[in-house]
Amino acid sequence: MASGVAAIAPQFDDAEQQRSASNLGIWIFLATEVLFFGVLFAAYAITRVRYPEAFAAGSRLTNITLAGINTAVLLTSSLTMALGVHAAKEGARRALVAWLCLTVALGVGFLAIKAVEYRFDYLEHLVPSVDFVYPAPQADQVELFFYLYFLITGVHALHVLIGIGCIAVIAVMASRGAFSASYFTPVDVTGLYWHLVDIIWLFVFPILYLVSRS
Amino acid sequence: MSSIAVAQHENYLNTGLSWWAWLTTLDHKRIGILYTISITLLFCIGGTAAALIRLDLLTPHSELVSLETYNKLFTTHGVIMVWFFLIPSIPATLGNFLVPMMIGARDLAFPRLNLASWYLFVAGALCTIYALLAGGVDTGWTFYAPYSTIFSNSHVFAAAAGVFIAGFSSILTGLNFIVTIHEMRAPGMTWFRLPLFIWSMYATSLILVLATPVLAMTLFLMVIERSFAIGVFDPALGGDPLLFQHLFWFYSHPAVYIMVVPAMGVASEIISCFCRNQVFGYRFMAYAILAIAAFGFLVWGHHMFVSGQSAYAGTVFSLLSFLVAVPSAVKVFNWTATLYRGRISFEAPMLYALGFLGLFTIGGLTGLFLASLGLDVQMHDTYFVVAHFHYIMVGGSVMAFFGGMHFWWPKITGRMYPEGLARFSAVLTFVGFNLTFFPQFIVGYLGMPRRYPEYPPEFQVWNVLSSAGASILVFGYVLPLVYLLWSLRYGARAPANPWQAKGLEWETSSPPPAENFHSTPIVTEDAYAYPATESTHG
Repeated sequence: MASGVAAIAPQFDDAEQQRSASNLGIWIFLATEVLFFGVLFAAYAITRVRYPEAFAAGSRLTNITLAGINTAVLLTSSLTMALGVHAAKEGARRALVAWLCLTVALGVGFLAIKAVEYRFDYLEHLVPSVDFVYPAPQADQVELFFYLYFLITGVHALHVLIGIGCIAVIAVMASRGAFSASYFTPVDVTGLYWHLVDIIWLFVFPILYLVSRS
Repeated sequence: MSSIAVAQHENYLNTGLSWWAWLTTLDHKRIGILYTISITLLFCIGGTAAALIRLDLLTPHSELVSLETYNKLFTTHGVIMVWFFLIPSIPATLGNFLVPMMIGARDLAFPRLNLASWYLFVAGALCTIYALLAGGVDTGWTFYAPYSTIFSNSHVFAAAAGVFIAGFSSILTGLNFIVTIHEMRAPGMTWFRLPLFIWSMYATSLILVLATPVLAMTLFLMVIERSFAIGVFDPALGGDPLLFQHLFWFYSHPAVYIMVVPAMGVASEIISCFCRNQVFGYRFMAYAILAIAAFGFLVWGHHMFVSGQSAYAGTVFSLLSFLVAVPSAVKVFNWTATLYRGRISFEAPMLYALGFLGLFTIGGLTGLFLASLGLDVQMHDTYFVVAHFHYIMVGGSVMAFFGGMHFWWPKITGRMYPEGLARFSAVLTFVGFNLTFFPQFIVGYLGMPRRYPEYPPEFQVWNVLSSAGASILVFGYVLPLVYLLWSLRYGARAPANPWQAKGLEWETSSPPPAENFHSTPIVTEDAYAYPATESTHG
């Protein structure tokens, strides 16, 4: 295979059809992701409407400093990813590899900070069903808040992890010259996924960390 | 061009015969066959459970199995039949085979993904079968919390995990179909020249893609809650078990349309072919399919009229449920109008399709009873409901599945099935089906609840009738299995177009070559362009 040229799969007529199919495919996949998370957000919304005080109290116990830093880290990673796609479009291989590596590094940083945050949560006895102590009224409902907190951030972190894996693979492919200005669909598609994971965090952050901090 | 000569030469079946070639195939036609084999085996498991249920219900007291076993039997029947037979039945088998063929493409857009979805399906099925072998599940196919999360001691985890994994198979199939239909139509194949089967696959795929993630996440929440004894469905902590029902039916009502919309597509193909008429009101048929898919997302609450949801919600869900009747009726009337002044012949696929038409109509009309708030309070969770949805799912979907299998069998296998036997089994299925399920409307209306192995003695006559019908139905299903397998070896060789049907799939040889068409077809006419003949004026 010539370097940086799309191998057109036998079912496609031309590179344009192949690119268009991949793009539609990833958008449909992103729609399924939205519905996937939609269940978690619906569960959150219904429970919060019922217990607003408990959710406010729970939210105040979350670690807003680390989460705030993490938000900045993840948003920056979306920027580096977008710059990576731009570099791919220009056919700038070294810049592409550099931006992708930076995106991976930021993603790993996000997970590392998240892990530290989980550790603090554990030390403060905020892990439902494992070690949860809340010596004030509505302890059960606050526990439900933290159940949702771990569930939503956990599922999100899993998506970040998958994203890191995909971008790492793309970075290796890019360093081997698999892409060019005329063919970079995998970079584009992975970028879209990464942005979605980022956008989901933009919903996760306020509903978990900012409930009564306005 | 002699298509028969081509059939005996190179085609998708006679090249690459090893197990390895089959298990690593990227050919949509072969993957369709892999699915067909898998779901047939699973249909046998689900059917055996049904047979045992009907046997046990012969007598008012549960004499055959223990009460606990009975719960596991109807759960097995439901879980297997819904997720491992009906959902994939037409889309994954006929759909896989026909979507690229009908639009004039060489394959689906993502062949690797297609194979992956079959493997996911098998993995999910094995997981659920493990749950059955390990001792079974007793929650009902609905997995309602808090029973599933707190109380049940059966193998909920493995069964739900199986459904969860199979869900991804559904999502990937749906995604593949949507992209394929959007991007890979042959030159001249405009949206409104697409066969209605393709429209039905498109609508079904939309539902698969948009509803299945909700089920997956809901089951995930349920299993987490079961494992860690904390969760949003647990009323002890302030959670809400009704939330589970809402989320579950948000998927599971549209899932009914995943089962029946493909059947509508099959029926349209068969009916127009065997009455030599264009489908009446083609565009409205396409719109109706999309409307059913769309309305399907707005009516889930009609499963929960007696659950304690607010009367206001109940009223709105009731009204919206009636709305589904409109596009459904459009379809039934248009099929009927297609028959009008057609040159009708009664080959086996047509008999199945006509059976579908009648049974779907009864199933649909009884759905209106259940969509009515007041009536549903009386009928909820009775055999009336059981009869209603079996008319849709078995009378509708399974009849169409068999009809479609017969219709495209010559194309898929290159062999003709024995026509006389096939007509006989179509009639047998129709008779057996009605005898099985019509008495259930009556006994349900009289008040017999579903899911109980014991009932008052005055209901016995209806149950005996139903079980007798089931024994006929068994033959209706086993017979095709036998003669279709027989025909693989002994059936007459099929010509390219044994029914003189319209559609791109009939323009290539039987069985088709690996790349489907010897050259990319160019479409110049509408779907179902059967020649208007003198007889239509008679």
